[in-house]
Amino acid sequence: MTAVESTPVAATSPGAPITTTRGRAIRLTLRLVVLGYLTFILALPVFMVFWRTFEDGLEPVLRAISRPAFQSAFWMTLQITAIAVPVNTVFGILAALMLVRRRFPGRSLLNALIDLPFAISPVVIGLSLVLVYGKNGWFGEVLSDLGIQVIFAMPGMVLATMFVSLPFVVREVMPVLREIGTDQEQAAYTLGASGWRTFWRVTLPSIRWGVIYGVILTTARSLGEFGAVAIVSGKISGKTETLTTHVEERFQAFDLVGAYTASIVLACMALLVLLAMTVYQSGWLGRRIGRGHQHAASDETVR
Amino acid sequence: MAISMQRLTKRFGDFVALDDVSLEIRDGSLTALLGPSGSGKTTLLRIIAGLDVPDSGTVLLDDRDVTRVPPQDRGIGFVFQHYAPFKHMTVWDNVAFGLTIRHRPKDEVRRTVGDLLDLVQIAHLADRYPAQLSGGQRQRMALARALAIQPSVLLLDEPFGALDARVRKELRVWLRRLHDESHVTTVFVTHDQEEAMDVADHIVVMDVGRIEQQGTARDLYEHPANEFVMSFIGPVTRLGDAYVRPHDIEILLAPEEGSRQAVVERVVYLGFEVRVELTRDDGVRVWVQVPRDEAERLSLQQGQTISVRSRHEQVFAAA
Amino acid sequence: MSLGSGTAAAVRGPASTRYDGRGLLGPGITAAYLSLLVLIPISAILWRSVSDGLDEFWAAITSPQALAALQLTFTVSGIVTVINALIGTAIAWVLVRDDFAGKPFINALIDLPFALPTIVAGLTLLALYGPQSPFGINAAYSQVGIMLALLFITLPFVVRAVQPVLEELDREMEEAAASLGASSPTVLRRVVLPNLLPAILTGSALAFARCIGEFGSVILIAGNIPYRTEMASVYIYGQVEADKPGSASAVSVVLLVVSLAVLVVFDILRRRISRHEEASA
Repeated sequence: MTAVESTPVAATSPGAPITTTRGRAIRLTLRLVVLGYLTFILALPVFMVFWRTFEDGLEPVLRAISRPAFQSAFWMTLQITAIAVPVNTVFGILAALMLVRRRFPGRSLLNALIDLPFAISPVVIGLSLVLVYGKNGWFGEVLSDLGIQVIFAMPGMVLATMFVSLPFVVREVMPVLREIGTDQEQAAYTLGASGWRTFWRVTLPSIRWGVIYGVILTTARSLGEFGAVAIVSGKISGKTETLTTHVEERFQAFDLVGAYTASIVLACMALLVLLAMTVYQSGWLGRRIGRGHQHAASDETVR
Repeated sequence: MAISMQRLTKRFGDFVALDDVSLEIRDGSLTALLGPSGSGKTTLLRIIAGLDVPDSGTVLLDDRDVTRVPPQDRGIGFVFQHYAPFKHMTVWDNVAFGLTIRHRPKDEVRRTVGDLLDLVQIAHLADRYPAQLSGGQRQRMALARALAIQPSVLLLDEPFGALDARVRKELRVWLRRLHDESHVTTVFVTHDQEEAMDVADHIVVMDVGRIEQQGTARDLYEHPANEFVMSFIGPVTRLGDAYVRPHDIEILLAPEEGSRQAVVERVVYLGFEVRVELTRDDGVRVWVQVPRDEAERLSLQQGQTISVRSRHEQVFAAA
Repeated sequence: MSLGSGTAAAVRGPASTRYDGRGLLGPGITAAYLSLLVLIPISAILWRSVSDGLDEFWAAITSPQALAALQLTFTVSGIVTVINALIGTAIAWVLVRDDFAGKPFINALIDLPFALPTIVAGLTLLALYGPQSPFGINAAYSQVGIMLALLFITLPFVVRAVQPVLEELDREMEEAAASLGASSPTVLRRVVLPNLLPAILTGSALAFARCIGEFGSVILIAGNIPYRTEMASVYIYGQVEADKPGSASAVSVVLLVVSLAVLVVFDILRRRISRHEEASA
């Protein structure tokens, strides 16, 4: 047998075999490359926002916040999110129950449709909503007869936001439902609980962590939506602006401080969301570690 | 290849896996490292393989100090407890792996792998993936894979532990036969004393990181060095401070010299033998192993008073 | 109360109030919601793209500006996806196999692109790598700038797809390979990577699908110069603003079809590669 000049296998595993200097050098280099990449692509940009915002002091920032356009955009964002998240949560739980517990014709179509938002560009989403709910759209006449304006008004923006944040609760709850099985529910039935009762007292509590994580993701997505809302809203300043479109508007108006200010408000909300995600994943809330978040990426597939 | 281990110590955090262990393994022998979980036997095996590094001490393979040599260069073959198959490769590719990475000529690889697959009787599964094999088949594949590189030492970590009883017995016989033909120094780890006694020439009994005793099956059974070894190898009944083998206790229908009275609590028929559970007149509970014919001759009843006498007691000095 | 068939019915629950989807109400509501929100709008795009005739459709997607936008989009997305496949795997490796101070923090940071609004991401990247860059790098109005934005946005996809697989990987396989004489690079190449490949494919497909549709993060840094740095999504937006829904729909359909095709193809590939995991009957 020829002797092979070798470096150790997994040099950092517990009880690992010999670490040669070459192995150690490789490990450190990889670490440096990865950390360097993450610094320049991820960490620095975030840091920059905060720095640039307060570069000229607190005053300009306070001024930016007090502008009516900012405030209306801020509230609009919150309102839209406050509608989109609960609706998608209810839908998400319902759809998850359907997909996991029942067989019915069109099930695969349902499944595929739910994944669709991950595969479409936000501008396409915006356009599709305009084509249906706009003045010249499929429902245009009906809506206008009823006096309801969807496009260039809040309802359209809510629709757009619901579309893009659709899949999260479903995809987080489904694996949990699969795992817990129907045993507990069946036990409840034998003890005399009605369907509704069982749902509230047995099913819902057992899926609550999946729901919570789904809600976190849905909220993040709703707060951050830009492209679809941009098309659907018409970006009417003071009326149909969200915080995200406000950022762009201020940028185009050469008001960098205004843009940065709106950005850090959004960034702070994002960091809060990130914190919530991290807390959840670390199992600090007593949840099993790691399983939750991995689905966000891996479940974004058309099945 | 002979293996010499000198004063090996290994800690995992606060847990002492090996405590100053020294052991010599003769070239061409079939040795069992026997002990309960946590005894250090697997750690010792992995140190021989180079998969773990001792905190202190040396390992010599045929006088060559390999303590810091990586597993790739030791010339050992290792069979893992859960087989560690390459899931993404076929059975054939698994077995051929060691040869493939050494860039052996294609004919040689084909011949060697073919022979080995025939030897372990899974040639018909060559194109399957490990997930499609049964436990026993996977284990045989793992064996073939390790043998393909013609190791000087073959190491097996609880190789039959995860298999059911019948398959286990077959593979034991198989391993013994393989060793008889190849004479490769083989060391295997097990917690099953029957397996150790059935397969190995030489048994090393370990507990809490130390070697308690080593020798042939007979040595260990008949002359155990301490209570642990005696209890681990073979059944034991305790009489106060003394330890007796259940078949070394005589049951007498009438009292004789050196015997004590006892009441029969339960008679359990186990086919080949009969187990009699008794309580002695001093309150000590005893169980005795009696051959079937003997049991018939005695025709014991529950509640019957009889006499018992030990043929051979062992008392061990306090540790 | 008798046992037997009565119990079976009790276990299934009274038919009218079984909460496993609630009779027809469940599918009904779900179908209605999805139809109004997703199915009908998407159908509208499909319809609108060809409602002016197939010739118009073809003209719309082959117009020089549209073609340039599509070509740019697929090219940069492809490059970014490849980079992600490589660096994403490396990041996952370091997060799983290496240990250093602050690792949990770095691990959490990976999810940032999922949480941060795209427009904010675009703005910050512009601040860092645009005309006012503290490093003196100016990648604005260039393809490099676009790629930087896309790299930010799609960072988590491959990482988060590979991480769990790496964590669950049987270390004994690597030890077995070592015991058989394989050096570290060989173990990596022949044992570890093949087992990571399905996850890498999944993550890459998702990243690519995301890239081709990305809008918010690229519009600021790209400059959106037609024929040069105009992404397909920006082109579509422009067509909508110019009141050309037919043309916008046509190009949208192209993006949609490519996106779905990539996801489906990669899924098939992944399943092919993983078929060894299925235990046979």
